[in-house]
Amino acid sequence: MSERGRDPRRIAIFGASSAIAEATARLWAVRGAHFFLVARDADRLGRIAADLEVRGAGAVATFTADLDDAAVLGPMLAAMDAALETPDVVLVTFGTLGDQAAIARDPEAVRRTLVTNFVSPAVLLTALLPRLEAAGRGCLAVITSVAGDRGRAANYVYGAAKGGLSTFLEGLRHRFAGTAVAVLDIRPGPVDTPMTAHFHKGGPLWATPETVAGDIERAIDRRRSLLYTPWFWRWIMLVIRLLPEPIFHRLRF
Amino acid sequence: MVSVFAESRAHRAWGRVHRFVHHVARPTSPAAARTVLARRGQLAVLPYGLGRSYGDSCLNPGGLLVETRGLDRLLAFEPATGVLRCEAGVTLADLLGTVVGRPAPDGGVWFLPVSPGTRFLTVGGAIANDVHGKNHERAGSFGRHVRAFGLLRSDGRILRCAPEENAELFAATIGGLGLTGLILEAELQLVSVPSLRLETEDIRFADLEGFYRLAAESKDWPYTVAWVDCLARGRALGRGVFSRARHLRGSREGVRPPGPPRLSIPLDPPCSPLNPWSLRLFNALLFHRLGPRGRRSAIRPYPAVFYPLDAIGAWNRLYGPRGFWQYQCVVPSDRAPRAIARLLETIAGSAAGSFLAVLKTMGDVPSPGLLSFPMAGTTLALDFPNRGAATSELLARLDRIVLEAGGRLYPAIRPGTGGCRPMSSAPAIRTGNASRSGSTRPFLRRFGDAWREPKRPRGSRGRRERARP
Repeated sequence: MSERGRDPRRIAIFGASSAIAEATARLWAVRGAHFFLVARDADRLGRIAADLEVRGAGAVATFTADLDDAAVLGPMLAAMDAALETPDVVLVTFGTLGDQAAIARDPEAVRRTLVTNFVSPAVLLTALLPRLEAAGRGCLAVITSVAGDRGRAANYVYGAAKGGLSTFLEGLRHRFAGTAVAVLDIRPGPVDTPMTAHFHKGGPLWATPETVAGDIERAIDRRRSLLYTPWFWRWIMLVIRLLPEPIFHRLRF
Repeated sequence: MVSVFAESRAHRAWGRVHRFVHHVARPTSPAAARTVLARRGQLAVLPYGLGRSYGDSCLNPGGLLVETRGLDRLLAFEPATGVLRCEAGVTLADLLGTVVGRPAPDGGVWFLPVSPGTRFLTVGGAIANDVHGKNHERAGSFGRHVRAFGLLRSDGRILRCAPEENAELFAATIGGLGLTGLILEAELQLVSVPSLRLETEDIRFADLEGFYRLAAESKDWPYTVAWVDCLARGRALGRGVFSRARHLRGSREGVRPPGPPRLSIPLDPPCSPLNPWSLRLFNALLFHRLGPRGRRSAIRPYPAVFYPLDAIGAWNRLYGPRGFWQYQCVVPSDRAPRAIARLLETIAGSAAGSFLAVLKTMGDVPSPGLLSFPMAGTTLALDFPNRGAATSELLARLDRIVLEAGGRLYPAIRPGTGGCRPMSSAPAIRTGNASRSGSTRPFLRRFGDAWREPKRPRGSRGRRERARP
């Protein structure tokens, strides 16, 4: 409460109804941030906007759109400019997990997974670049996944999309090196959200959206470039990446 | 049963006695909740908040639990009037961290009108159990501060319920254990208090008479509660410590809202550290720590006064793998002194002492809820490690004493509410058809399970009238 209203940053969130986005936005709302929120479901978006306002946000503008539709980019970014001018933080959280077993045998489902998790965010980020270049500052924070670190039988379609997005972000970071534009690649482990409702949960590796949100808030404040959340995934994935293929192939996880 | 929902064994009640398989859904909007209900198939449905009900009233073995955690948005807060509109899965802890403490027009700050013993419960759960707090004599139960709520019925309709709108459903849902439908959102009236810090006094009393004397002397103290030493017998029967508190006036100092617990019990201990020896030691310490004068005053921030147990996460694990039973009853004022003495004698004689025995007087502020637990009188709350049949037997003996004295049992707490015990203790259930029209089919089916009625043909609707005390 002591922090209330002290930090009126301008924040644009694409995929604002994801559980991680909502939890993170609440942390910023308490600090008095102004928001531009994009999601598909107008009713939920309205509820989220109301919630952030009660929690202390400044102005909250919303835009209902399916981000897989490239035609919305123009009007959406015009609305963002009207609401925020230049955002201080852009958080990209949209994505779908889907059921790999069903996806992997269905070319159309593979296409859709790659579009939502890689093509659409890459196109959106590209459309945002002129604004960041003009401002010369800001933070692009994008949720990828630990699944992108290594292809596994259990989820290589989703993993490939997220891994591609991580590479895209790495390239952006290279491009903006030496400027005040920060590019943050957020790689969460499994998070207990509606997106993962079909999994059995409860193991020690499952995190809550609130834990992940706290990590994201801190990583952005500290202008970090890569965040594994919760922290132990950095070390788990380091080991998994280093496993030689003959050993990796004997493991089923 | 095969269903479109995930199955889970993780959903338990706070007493941790049962472990059932549930189908689980977590809608994140009213529209999604409606879809969940439409896809329920043959499953009986029950809302599930944070699982803080002690007994089994928040469980629905083999059925569908609709988690309200995804419905946790604050929708509107009016600082001029203290009216808050929020979704049902919002927790009281969340309210403490947001709207509580904001300035009210009369110079005070907004505060929860009723605080139960934990802040980790949802608004929906607080309504469904019509929870009460240390200020029951003045403020009544939680339901009294609910202006309206939106209720999703099993036919997909969303009804606004208020004292003047769908009044029967309003009354049946407050204290209705989630059996009338899913509360989607609620409108609450907060109260203005002078500050978030409290003036507190702890006073030792030697017997039950001492307790009643202190209760009568504490009219200027809105918050009262007493701990009793339930191992004490004979002349010391009913000795304990009376605690009272009131909001401090003229204090401008703020209070940091409490965060998540710093300490937590990470695992089940293989055997419970709460045994007769540690219990005796604990009780003796609590009774004698007040020093020779037997009285202590202090100024404390509200979390220390209202939520001392919340400081330790998952404290319910301390009772070991078999879990524990909580027991709470209320006995009407005129018969309370004798009945409470008999209850305490029975417990002390059983050697199954309760680690936490709490005694409190309740006021006559009526609750809007048809099935609400609170009534004017004295309430006694106890907990017992689960020792199987021995514990059930003791609880059954306590039940008889309570019901003979015209008292009631708390359904959110009393497990395995067998036979017609809770019905005969429910105040208004026999007075009309309101509660019947209050249940809809899938929820009604669950109602039948909850009360463990003898099997009757489905659709038989005369069942609730059979209960007689």
